[in-house]
Amino acid sequence: MAEIVLPPSIRDVEPVRSVRTPAQLDYEFTAGDATTRFLNGIVNKRIIGQQAPGGRVYVPPRGADPELGQPTPIDVEVAQVGTVTSFCVVNLQFYGSVMEIPYVSALILLDGADLSIMHLIQEIPADQVRIGMRVEAVWRDDADIEPTFESVRYFRPTGEPDDVNVRIPGEGHGTGLGSWVGGVAPTEAVIRNPRTGQGGTTEGGDA
Amino acid sequence: MGKQRVAVVGIGQTKHQATRGDVSMAGLVREAALRALADAQMTWADIDAAVVGKAPDFFEGVMMPELFLADALGCTGKPLFRVHTAGSVGGSTAIVAAQLVQAGIHERVLTVAFEKQSESEAMWALSLPIPFTPPLHAGAGGYFAPHVRSYIRRAKAPDHIGILVALKDRQNGLKNPYAHLHEHDISFDSIKDSLMLWDPIRYAETCPSSDGACALVLGSERVADAAAADGRKPAWIQGTAMRSEPTLSAERDTVLPLGGALCAADVYRQAGITNPRKDVDCVEMYVPFSWFEPMWLENLGFAEPGEGWKLTEAGVTALDGDLPVNMSGGVLCTNPIGASGMLRFAEAAMQVRGTAGDHQVDGARRAVGHAYGGGSQFFAMWVVGADKP
Amino acid sequence: MRDVAIISFAQTPMRRRVDELNEVEMLMPAVHGALAQVDMTIDDIGFTCSGSTDYLAGMAFSFVSTLDAVGPWPPIQESHVEMDGAWALYEAWVKLQLGEIDTALVYAYAKSSPGDLPMVLTRQLDPITMGPLWPDSVSIAALQARALLDTGRVTEGDLAEVAVRSRRDALANPNAQLAWDRGLDDHLAEDYLVAPLRRSDCPPITDGAAAIVWAAGDEARSKVDRPAWIRGIDHRIEPIHLGLRDLTVSESTRIAAEKAGVADGPVDVAEIHAPFTHQELILRQAMGLGGSTAINPSGGALCANPMMTAGLVRLGEVANRISAGTADRGVAHATSGPCLQQNLVCVLEGDN
Repeated sequence: MAEIVLPPSIRDVEPVRSVRTPAQLDYEFTAGDATTRFLNGIVNKRIIGQQAPGGRVYVPPRGADPELGQPTPIDVEVAQVGTVTSFCVVNLQFYGSVMEIPYVSALILLDGADLSIMHLIQEIPADQVRIGMRVEAVWRDDADIEPTFESVRYFRPTGEPDDVNVRIPGEGHGTGLGSWVGGVAPTEAVIRNPRTGQGGTTEGGDA
Repeated sequence: MGKQRVAVVGIGQTKHQATRGDVSMAGLVREAALRALADAQMTWADIDAAVVGKAPDFFEGVMMPELFLADALGCTGKPLFRVHTAGSVGGSTAIVAAQLVQAGIHERVLTVAFEKQSESEAMWALSLPIPFTPPLHAGAGGYFAPHVRSYIRRAKAPDHIGILVALKDRQNGLKNPYAHLHEHDISFDSIKDSLMLWDPIRYAETCPSSDGACALVLGSERVADAAAADGRKPAWIQGTAMRSEPTLSAERDTVLPLGGALCAADVYRQAGITNPRKDVDCVEMYVPFSWFEPMWLENLGFAEPGEGWKLTEAGVTALDGDLPVNMSGGVLCTNPIGASGMLRFAEAAMQVRGTAGDHQVDGARRAVGHAYGGGSQFFAMWVVGADKP
Repeated sequence: MRDVAIISFAQTPMRRRVDELNEVEMLMPAVHGALAQVDMTIDDIGFTCSGSTDYLAGMAFSFVSTLDAVGPWPPIQESHVEMDGAWALYEAWVKLQLGEIDTALVYAYAKSSPGDLPMVLTRQLDPITMGPLWPDSVSIAALQARALLDTGRVTEGDLAEVAVRSRRDALANPNAQLAWDRGLDDHLAEDYLVAPLRRSDCPPITDGAAAIVWAAGDEARSKVDRPAWIRGIDHRIEPIHLGLRDLTVSESTRIAAEKAGVADGPVDVAEIHAPFTHQELILRQAMGLGGSTAINPSGGALCANPMMTAGLVRLGEVANRISAGTADRGVAHATSGPCLQQNLVCVLEGDN
């Protein structure tokens, strides 16, 4: 590489090693169709999932059934109780968080929904939370309900017996969808193609 | 014309560390690229095209940064391509670059992947307050920890497996001069005693956040043959594959994703691998949290379902084991996100070229590089070998 | 190279603001339309590739959820570029050359409306020397227009002709955002927005999406009567710094056009991705496009400029005209970066 020769005027000047350039961009988001319908349910303290014709119930809905690749025009109210399908115990004051440590962040499959939501579990010691536990939504006071999923403050145990048969995605397929049994690779046919109806070596975990 | 042969003929990477304040973004990518060019005994003028990969642009505060890096990468008047497939991007970028040679379009392609997370606030970049989206209460670890718990439950794995992986990878990293973390005092107990951040994931079982870059020079059969004749062994690419599946679908398995297994099956078929456990000499896989080693061992066909952790426990995946995994120290030692996938691919290539230094696996002739991204829904893999396919 | 053709193209109506839909909702009609036109589903597609950028969406990994539009289940072979969809199309073309798959789906989308686009685009510039100055994208284009006018090769009247012709042609394009029939005098009577550019020299800000289906050889022939075959495709880049290149020419476009073989035959139609009027003049010269070529019959980017998508739309517009039989040989062009920094040129042809 060629040697860099500085002009005499800056030869003894301390070099600039970094610059700080704050940047701010403002965005004005709109919710879109599916989320608007969902949030309209929330302000009425109802949890509205959505589905495509022949598809599964997604909550919160994002506008497309990700398996079918089709819009989800059908509103389906789901229950405000569900089952913990997995969770973690957080011992870190996460950036921007105001939670008391430790707290539990869980995947919860609401009755009537086909996909777990992620939400907080409270009113139970963290070390007593378990997969299969039944939980219910706890809402903010009516005056504080806003069009946000945070209007559900957290979930708490219902006291019902655990649902030991809760459907955990993948586990309905025995050893898991992407596992090699006997050293044999799985194929696309291990699952039911939602468009053609073909494939599916088991009931797809719906059992 | 069909598919042409392609090989890795040059490899370079930066020293990775939390903050590379001594170089600009351009300086960082050039450090890796110049090393790859030197390794290939080429200059910028020899390169036909470049393919750049990195993860979200918010990390550096520059939109499509390959545009302003074009001249730093010697691309004036040449084709420059930019890939972004989330965390798998380093792998998919190398694959796109390889395909430019396989398609017969170019003979010598430079591919570079990087991340300079210190340029911006990484946590900020991933935590932009987006209205209407459900709150993520605990960050990336909070997303993956429940899936790790599902694995432990499903495989009936004992608690110490995650510790063993972290210990092995950090010890391997000590042999890698480019690795970010060099923890000389690491021990089983120090990992066990580290804070349980996202139970079941401990602090010492998570990856760091790094500045770093990786670069490869990919050459046609003619270019690679010439390198071999000159005593510089090429790493022949015997197969490449990518798969994607939905982020949030009702049926997908987040522990053993179908896409990951299909990606592996595809790349093995191309490479003529019928028994991955026997036919592969070493594996460099994307393990940002230690528990992902046993999960990927099962997902990539190296272990029967529920048995991946037993390979780890038995020392099979150690550097001197029967199937060494993450010889470089892996993502647990070095994690410039956009480059992390390419570093896996590069380590696999170094192994079959015999240039891995202190972390070389004796006699490695065929190696697998693996990357994943998103919430385990994007996959990229390649198989490289000392032998021409 | 292997014979590969565009066999289907669909786009959403281009609008200033698509407030009522999120990105995946906006994208679905384009993806589903492109597939339905050739009676295909995602199950018939060998490879999927998309183009978009996080800075327009204002969130990281924004492309992840839009993949839901295609229904990637069972898992698919898929990739994404942080570039205009024209480059996603290029990646798919490379993949098709390997001979392992026969079909590909390419899509692109952008909602520019949530942010302040001219300010968002400043984040593309060199973060040390240019970005901190926040030079908006219209002002940067105006620098280029001034440099071009100062050469004496073109006049403001030439710029006006481009604007007038484009908006008039767009009257026949149902997806165009801006379309009208006004005279040169009307244009020249406008005040400058950023001199020497008038508002009508500039593109609109657009929300929209587009999708294309690729097929190789017999697969293409079995699907449509007249596939739009790719005869050449190439892309090149230049330094971003405005002082390091002659802004009044486009050297990267010239090289790409030469490599793509633009001059190897007559060009019936050209769709040029020129967001600003003066850029069309620079690009026509760089590609050597003369009097017998119909330029931007769709109205071009002056009538709808969805970021990351407008380049892919150019390819689709040319392919549509070849498939419809109104053109035999055409050129499509896409650009990226400030002042035509990066350019892609593609030559398409129909069977005779």
